[in-house]
Amino acid sequence: MEKSEPPAASTQRRRFVEFMLGGGFLASAASFLYPVMRYLIPPKVVDLGADEVVAAKVGELKPNGYKIFRFGSRPALLLMTADGEYRALSAVCTHLSCTVQYRPDLREIWCACHNGLYDLNGRNISGPPPRPLEAFTARVRSDEIIVVRKREA
Amino acid sequence: MRLFSGVEHWLDDRFHWADFTAPLEKKSVPHHKLSYWYFLGGMTLFLFFIQVCTGMLLLLYYRPGANEAFESVQYIMTRVKFGWLIRSIHSWSANLMILTAFAHMFSVIFLRAYRKPRELTWVSGMLLLFLALGFGFSGYLLPWNTLAYFATKVGTEITAQVPVIGHPLMIFLRGGEEVSGATVTRFFGFHVALLPGLATLLIVLHIGLVQYFGISVPPGVEERWKSSPGEARNMKFFPNFFLRELMAWYIALGILGALAAIFPWELGVKADPFAPAPAGIRPEWYFMFMFQTLKKIPSKVWFIDGEFLGVLAFGLAGLIWLLLPFFDQVGHGRGRKYIMGAAVFALAYMVTMTIYGYMAK
Amino acid sequence: MATWQNKRRTLLCGLCLVLAMCACVASAGAQTTNNCLVCHGALDPPFQVTEDQFSHDIHSQKGLTCASCHGGDPGRADMDAMSKAAGFRGHVERSQIPEFCGRCHSDAAFMRQYNPSLRTDQLAQYKTSVHGQRLAKGDTKAAVCIDCHSVHDLRPASDPKSRVNPLNIADTCSRCHSDTAYMKPYSIPTDQSVKYKLSVHHQAMVDRGDLSAPTCSTCHGNHGAAPPGVGSVANVCATCHVFQAQMYDKSSHGEVFRAAGLPGCVVCHSNHDVRHPTDAKLGTGPEGVCMQCHSPGDSCDQARAKMLADLTQLDDAIKNANSVLAVAESSGMEVSEARLGQDQARDSLTKARVTIHAFQPKLVEQDIQAGMKIAATDLQAGKDALKERDYRRWGLGVSVCFIVIVLIGLRLYLREIEAPSK
Repeated sequence: MEKSEPPAASTQRRRFVEFMLGGGFLASAASFLYPVMRYLIPPKVVDLGADEVVAAKVGELKPNGYKIFRFGSRPALLLMTADGEYRALSAVCTHLSCTVQYRPDLREIWCACHNGLYDLNGRNISGPPPRPLEAFTARVRSDEIIVVRKREA
Repeated sequence: MRLFSGVEHWLDDRFHWADFTAPLEKKSVPHHKLSYWYFLGGMTLFLFFIQVCTGMLLLLYYRPGANEAFESVQYIMTRVKFGWLIRSIHSWSANLMILTAFAHMFSVIFLRAYRKPRELTWVSGMLLLFLALGFGFSGYLLPWNTLAYFATKVGTEITAQVPVIGHPLMIFLRGGEEVSGATVTRFFGFHVALLPGLATLLIVLHIGLVQYFGISVPPGVEERWKSSPGEARNMKFFPNFFLRELMAWYIALGILGALAAIFPWELGVKADPFAPAPAGIRPEWYFMFMFQTLKKIPSKVWFIDGEFLGVLAFGLAGLIWLLLPFFDQVGHGRGRKYIMGAAVFALAYMVTMTIYGYMAK
Repeated sequence: MATWQNKRRTLLCGLCLVLAMCACVASAGAQTTNNCLVCHGALDPPFQVTEDQFSHDIHSQKGLTCASCHGGDPGRADMDAMSKAAGFRGHVERSQIPEFCGRCHSDAAFMRQYNPSLRTDQLAQYKTSVHGQRLAKGDTKAAVCIDCHSVHDLRPASDPKSRVNPLNIADTCSRCHSDTAYMKPYSIPTDQSVKYKLSVHHQAMVDRGDLSAPTCSTCHGNHGAAPPGVGSVANVCATCHVFQAQMYDKSSHGEVFRAAGLPGCVVCHSNHDVRHPTDAKLGTGPEGVCMQCHSPGDSCDQARAKMLADLTQLDDAIKNANSVLAVAESSGMEVSEARLGQDQARDSLTKARVTIHAFQPKLVEQDIQAGMKIAATDLQAGKDALKERDYRRWGLGVSVCFIVIVLIGLRLYLREIEAPSK
C-alpha cells in the first residue's frame, strides 16, 4: 500500500534517517575506537613481571641489614650479610605463613610467631618450620638490586 | 553516501572498480521463512574478525612462557587502560564464535545446504570448525592459570590414546612429556600463527565457494519455487541483506560489550604444576560432551580399553561428519534420512552430555 | 592339683616337641634362630608373643632376639631354652622394668652400635620424674617403660602407629591419667586429656597435621615427666611463644605474678585447655580475664578498655575493607593487590594482640595505627574498584545507546529503501 506523500516530506524523512544512521555509525564507532586508542598507549608502570623485581637501590642496606619487599604476590626478604653479599629469600614462613625477619644478633632468619629459625640459605634449622624458605637470586645491576626467581623453560 | 560515490568514481577511473563490484550488485539471497538461518555464517565470520582484532591488541602486551604469561594477563586486566575490555571481549567472543559455528553447521545440515554441488563448501566448513576448536583449546592455556593448566593436561593426555601416533602426537602438542612453559610457547605459536594462517586460507576458500555457487535454498522451498516460479523471492545482498546482517552484527557487539562489562572473564590463580589438581577440573563447554562421555565409558568394554574406544568413536564420528555430503545419495534417498537422523541424534547427544557434564559434580 | 599341673606340663612339653620338630624342618635355612616365638606364638596371653607382633618391634628389626633381653638359649626348641644357666629371666617385676631396659639403653657404648644419636639418659631422667620417684617408693601403679612404649611390638616414635608418636602421646598418657578409678589414690585431676582435646594445640596437630604442636610430653617432659613448677610454667610456654613471654616478663603482671607465686601464662590462658584467644578475653563478659583481679573503673580497667577498643577498631576496619573488596571481586574487578594489603593489615592486628602482653596501651596503639593505615588504603582500593565498575557500566550504557540508535537507523533506512519499490 503506497502512502501518497508530498515528495519533499519523504526526502526529508530519508535525509533524517540517513543523518541518524550516519550519526549513529560515527558515535558507535567512536565508542569502540576510544577504548582501543587508550589501550594502545602503554601504562606508566612497566611491569617487569613477577619473576624479576627491583628490590632496593645500592646503598639502601647496611651490612647485616635487611629489607622486606614485595615479590609477585608475596613478601620477600633481601639481606646484606656482614661480608657485603646480598641474599634474597621468600619471607613467608613455611610453618603458618607469618612474615619472617632477619635477626642481626643471631645472623639468622627468625619467625616471631613460633620461634622458627632459618639459616642464611633458607634452610630450616630450628623450631616448627617443616621446610626451607624458597631462595631467589639477587643481582646488582648498575645502582639497583634485582631479585630474580629461578627461571623455568 | 555522496562520499562513497566519489570514492567509487576515483577507484573506477583507475582500477575498473565497477567491474569488481558488478557481480556483487547481482548477488542475491533467497528470501523465505527460513532465511534467518543465513545470518549464522556471516555472524561466525564477524566474530572471527573480532577475535583477530582483539587478539592483535592483546599481542601488544601478552608474554608467552610459564614465568610471565599469567602476570602479563594480570597486567592487561589491571593496568592497561581498557585491557579488561579487550581481554573479556576476546574470551566471550571466542565462546560465541564456536557456538555460532556449531549452529551454522547444524543449520546447514537441517536445511540440506550441503547437497551437490556444495560438498567442498561443507568440507572446508568442517575443517574450519575443527580449527575453531583448535583455536579454543590453544587459547585457553595462554593465561596459564590452574584451570587451564589441568584442562590442557587432561586434554593432551587423551590424544595419547590415539593408536600408533598417539604418544608422539602428545609430545608434539605438549612440547615435551609434561605440560610446561614449553607448552605455552608452542600453543601460542599455534594460536597466533599456524591456526590463523590455515584459517585464512580455508575462509577464503569457503567464502569463495559460497560466492561461486550462491546461497543454497532448502529442498522444500526449492520445489515450491520450481512449481510456481512466480513465488520465488530474492533479496539483493547489497544493500538489503547486508544491512540486515549489519544489524545482527551490531546486536552482537552490544551483547559482547555487556558481557565484558558485567561478567568480565576471570583471571584465576597462577598455575602450579606441583600443586594437586583442584576438584572439578573440566574443559570448556564445547569439549564437555566428549569429556563427559569419556568419563562415563566403563574402563573396559569387552576386551577393549574404554578410553581408547571413546577416542576412536569420536575420531570416526568426526571423519564421517567431515564426509557427510558424500553419504547423501547413498541408497537412493535413504542416505539423506540417515544424515538427518544422525544430525538430530548428534545435537541431542551433545546438548545432553554437556548439561550432564555441568550438573554431575 | 599336682596331677593337673603335671598334665598341663606334659601338654606343654608335647606341644613344644611337635612344634619344635616342625620348626626344625622349617628353620633349616633360618638366620637368627628365635625358637622362642615358635611356642610363645601359639600360647595364650600373657605368654603370647606372635611372630607378626614381634616383627613390628624395632628391636627385632635391628636383629635382636628374645634372648637379647630375656636371656636363655634361643637355639633350643624345648623348655630348656629357658634355662637359668643361660641367663634366662622370664617375667620381670614392674619395679625392675626401668633397670631392665636401662641395661642396654643407658649403656652409651652399647647403644652406639645400633643408633649413635639415640639418647642414653632416659633412665637417669626417669628417676627424677614423678613416675620414677613413686616407683622407687614402691608404688607399682606408676608408669614404667612398657606402659608408654608397649612391649614386644615397640615401634620407634617416628612410626605413626607408635604409642609415643606425637600424634598419639595424649592418648597414651590418658590411658592412666584419665582413668578415674586408677587415679583414685592420687590427688590430681583426671580431666587433662579431655581439656587438651579442646585446646588449640591439639587442633593444630590433628586438623593441620602440625607435628611441632605441643602435646603432653612437650611441656611435661617424657622420661623426666613432671608438671612444670608454678614459677617455671612461663618458661615452658616461652619456648615457642617468645615475644609474648619477653613482653610479659618485663611487664607489671610478670613482676606481680612471680611475687605472688601465680603460674604466669596459665592464669589467663589455662594449661591444658588452651583455647584460641579472642578479643573477648579483654572484655567484661564471661570470657574476660582481667576482671578476675581488677575492679571496674580503676586505671587498669581503663587501660584494658582502651586496648580492647583499639583492637576492635582495627578488626572492624579490616572486615569492612574485606566486604567492599568482596563486592568488587564478585562484580569481576581485579583486587588482588588490595587483598595482599589485607594480609599485612591482619599481620598488624596479630602483632597488636601479641603486644597486649606488655600491658601498655600505648604500644598496642602503635601497632594498631600501622594496621589502620593499611586497612584504610585497602578500603579505598575497594571503593575505587567499585567506582571503576560503575564507570564501566556507564560506558557500556553509552555504547549501547549508540548501538540502539544505529539499529533503529538501519531499520528505518531499510524500510525507506524497500517500501517505495512496489
